[in-house]
Formats: sequence, C-alpha cells, structure tokens
Amino acid sequence: MEAITSRIGRGQVLLADGAIGSLLMARGLPRGAPPEGVNLEHPEILEEIARLYLEAGAEIIQTNTFGASPLKLANYGLGEQAGAINESAVRAVRRAVGERAYVSASCGPSGRILQPYGDMEAEKMFASFQLQMQALIQAGADIICVETMSDISEAQLAIQAARSVSPSIPVMATMTFEATARGFFTIMGVTTEKASSELQKAGADLIGSNCGNGSLQMVAIAKEFRKFTVLPLLIQANAGVPELRAGQVYYPETPEYMAEMCRELIGAGVAVIGGCCGTTPEHTRAMRKVVDEKKKNSRGS
Amino acid sequence: MEILKKIAQCLEVGDDAGVPPLVRQALAEGIVAKTILDDGLIAGMNTVGEKFRVHEIFLPDVLLAAKAMYAGMDVLKPLLLSAGVSSRGRVVIGSVQGDLHDIGKNLVGIMLKGAGFEVIDLGNDVAAEKFVAAAKSHDACVIGMSALLTTTMPVMKEVVDLLNKENLSGKIKTIIGGAPVSQNYAGEIGADAYGYDCAQAVAGVKKLAAAVP
Repeated sequence: MEAITSRIGRGQVLLADGAIGSLLMARGLPRGAPPEGVNLEHPEILEEIARLYLEAGAEIIQTNTFGASPLKLANYGLGEQAGAINESAVRAVRRAVGERAYVSASCGPSGRILQPYGDMEAEKMFASFQLQMQALIQAGADIICVETMSDISEAQLAIQAARSVSPSIPVMATMTFEATARGFFTIMGVTTEKASSELQKAGADLIGSNCGNGSLQMVAIAKEFRKFTVLPLLIQANAGVPELRAGQVYYPETPEYMAEMCRELIGAGVAVIGGCCGTTPEHTRAMRKVVDEKKKNSRGS
Repeated sequence: MEILKKIAQCLEVGDDAGVPPLVRQALAEGIVAKTILDDGLIAGMNTVGEKFRVHEIFLPDVLLAAKAMYAGMDVLKPLLLSAGVSSRGRVVIGSVQGDLHDIGKNLVGIMLKGAGFEVIDLGNDVAAEKFVAAAKSHDACVIGMSALLTTTMPVMKEVVDLLNKENLSGKIKTIIGGAPVSQNYAGEIGADAYGYDCAQAVAGVKKLAAAVP
C-alpha cells in the first residue's frame, strides 16, 4: 500500500470514515458504559462497523480508541487494560479492511487538565499517551489521529508521544473550535493560528479540526488554517448540532448536505475529509461521489 | 472599600497567592467576612464568569480564578461559620454522561461555591438512583444535571420521575443544562429549571433553593 503521506503529496483527496459511537449504541452498547470496553468483549462488532464504512467508500478507517488512553480508561477502572484495548481495536479494523484502507488510530483527550490550571503533571500525561501509542503502533496502525483537542499542550504531548514510539509514522492532529464574536477559539482559548504553528512544531504531518458545530463552520475553519500553514489539512465535521426531536437525538445535516460541504472543503484545499459525531455510512457514501468527481476532473485537466 | 476591589482584581488575573494576604488585610481593616466574600471574592468571580461567557477569556483563566477564590474562602470559612453565616443550601451536581465537556458542569460547581452553596459533585456518568440517593443523604435542596451527548439525556427524566415517585419533588428541585438540553426539554421531562449557561444555572439554583421550604 502506498504511504498515505505520499498520496496526499501527489494532491489526492482521501476520504475518512464517520462516527463509531452511535453505531455501537445501535448494537447494544449500554448507556454510560465506556465505548472502548467493546474492544475486548466484542471486537467482531468493530470489524462489522469498519466494513460498513469501507463499503461506503472510506479509505481511512478509524479505530475505536478515542478514549483509550490509560488516564481516561482509569475512570472506568480499565486503566490496566489499556494496552490490550488499543491493540484489539487496531487488529479488528485491520482484519476488516486488510490493505484496502488505512487504519487510523484515534487518540482523544485524557479528560484531565494540565497544571497549573488543573492537577495533571505533563510527565504523567505524556506517559499515558505513550503507552497508548506504543500499543496502537505495535498492533500495526498506519497513521495516528490525535483529535478533539482543546488544550494545545495536551495535543503536543500526544503528538510527541507518537513520535517517541515511531519517528516515521504519519500523525494527524485536530482541535475542536467554537465560533465566537472574535473568531474561532477552542474552549482553552487556542486560535487556528496558534494551532497551526504549535501542532506542526510538535511533529504533526496533517493538521486541522474535528467535531464542533457543523460543516459550514468547518469550511471557514479550513480556510483559516490554509492561511497559517503549508501542511495538508484534515477536517472531520459533525453532522450539525444535535437536536432532540420527540425524545430522539437528531443530527440535522443530511448526507447530501455534507457531500455539498465536502465539495467546499476540497475547494478550500483540504486533503483528508471525514465525519465526526452524527455521521453515518450514508454520509460517507455521499461524500465518496464528490471525492470521485474531483479525481476524475483532475485527471482530465 | 479599595481593598475589596483589589481582591476582585486578584481573582480576575488568577493570582491565588495574592488573595489570602489581601483577605487578611481586609479583616484587619474591620471589614466583616460576609462582605469580603460577597463584594470581593464573589464579585471578582462574577466578572470572570461574564468575561468567559462572552469569550473574552477562556477556561484556563477561569480555573486560575477559581483557585484564587478557594484560597480566599479558606481564610474566610472559619469566620463565616463562627459568625453564624449559614450556607445557602446544598446542591448535588453531576454529568449524566462525561467527557471533556464536563467542564461546563465543573464551572457551574465553581460558581455555585462562589455564590455560597455547598456543592456535592458526583462527577461523570452518574445514574439516576445515585443522584437521588446523594441528594437525600446530603439533605440537598437542588439536583443539577448536565449532559453533552444526547444519548444519555433520558437519565434526567429518570431523576425527575424518581423524585416524583418518592414524593420528594417539592423538597428536592431539579435544574438541567448542557449543549443538547433546552428549556423545552426541561418542560417536557418536568424539570424545575433550565440553565442556558453558567450564570443562568447559578441564578436558577438560587431561585430554586429559595423556594424549597
């Protein structure tokens, strides 16, 4: 399989998958249970979900390891099993996709706040990320995806942890921004400009944004990033802001709408496009068509 | 009352080491503890909360301000107790589903403490039974619930139903908040109040606590 960074370097747009959590819940994940518990108990469910996204046209498939750093798992008394939980998730996706897609190992926030604002020491947080990265990389992940970060220092620790395990594995890093009257900021006060320089400094190969408040804002965020960095960009938007309709959770952005936004993101120069909360294999399928169109057009030109 | 302004400013810049000496100085000047709490610490925390609401400052500033507030409260607490200044009541809070966004719930906790409530924070992934059991055992007057992800929101309704079932709904009030929650949802499940943001949540709790006999 050609390295993901070399395909991006040739100007290709790659499609990443969508949400996992909602599909897990539809398959009986009990409320309040850690989504990563499935990795040891029912890896076959992870394989099934990976296949759904692969068949929908995703060429980057995420592992179910967003909350699988030992620090985060400790909330559920699963900290000791972090290694096995991460390995199992990577292997499940690999079994499902073989060499037909890249296995992207997800790494979300630790849930702790670094000193001096919170009580967490940087060394301990780094060690936690390093243990997770060790397991993900050893199990054969093709790329690391540090995501949903608000604190730039925490994002840097995660990137550096991946780098410490493997100097060569590609690392993507995304942060979650809110639109304010003064522009986009993470809840910790990080701007797209600061994210651009600091994520690159820590060693990320692709940078950008995920989660947040829907696709339209992501187009604006991508354009901001483009101003501040020459690195390839990664965007994974939510299917809008969730609403409750008759007691049911409802994400307002349809596959057709997100496909339209996908076209905008390609226009803004984004290299890897995927979905976050509320997106489904149907969204991936719709976005696939847009990415294929782009491919055809660029071949013709 | 220049000194009280200084205390408030110390909070705004997150200078936790600077607060205790100023509080002691204010006491030495003869200002009573309750006034220092209200017009120094709480006044400063309110400014911080308002700046955070309009994105002028961000979470790190709020966390440092909270540290500074706690440092001041440590000095005042024994005096408030001996002066017979009672707490405004006990409030049990928790997230029905936790992730990094339990920050919203934590902020409400900080501001409630600043407003003079005793806060029992049950943390994340709190089940309905646990909310009600904690409220009963701590003799709390309000349960505050936060949700970010919509999937666990039904827990909020379960708490309301459980209070009704145990005939506690008049004695223990409920307030809910979080990104996917709305005034409509509060009405739908029969919660007593909804807090759009931190300031509203604190105002809501004050109102509910005052209404509990």
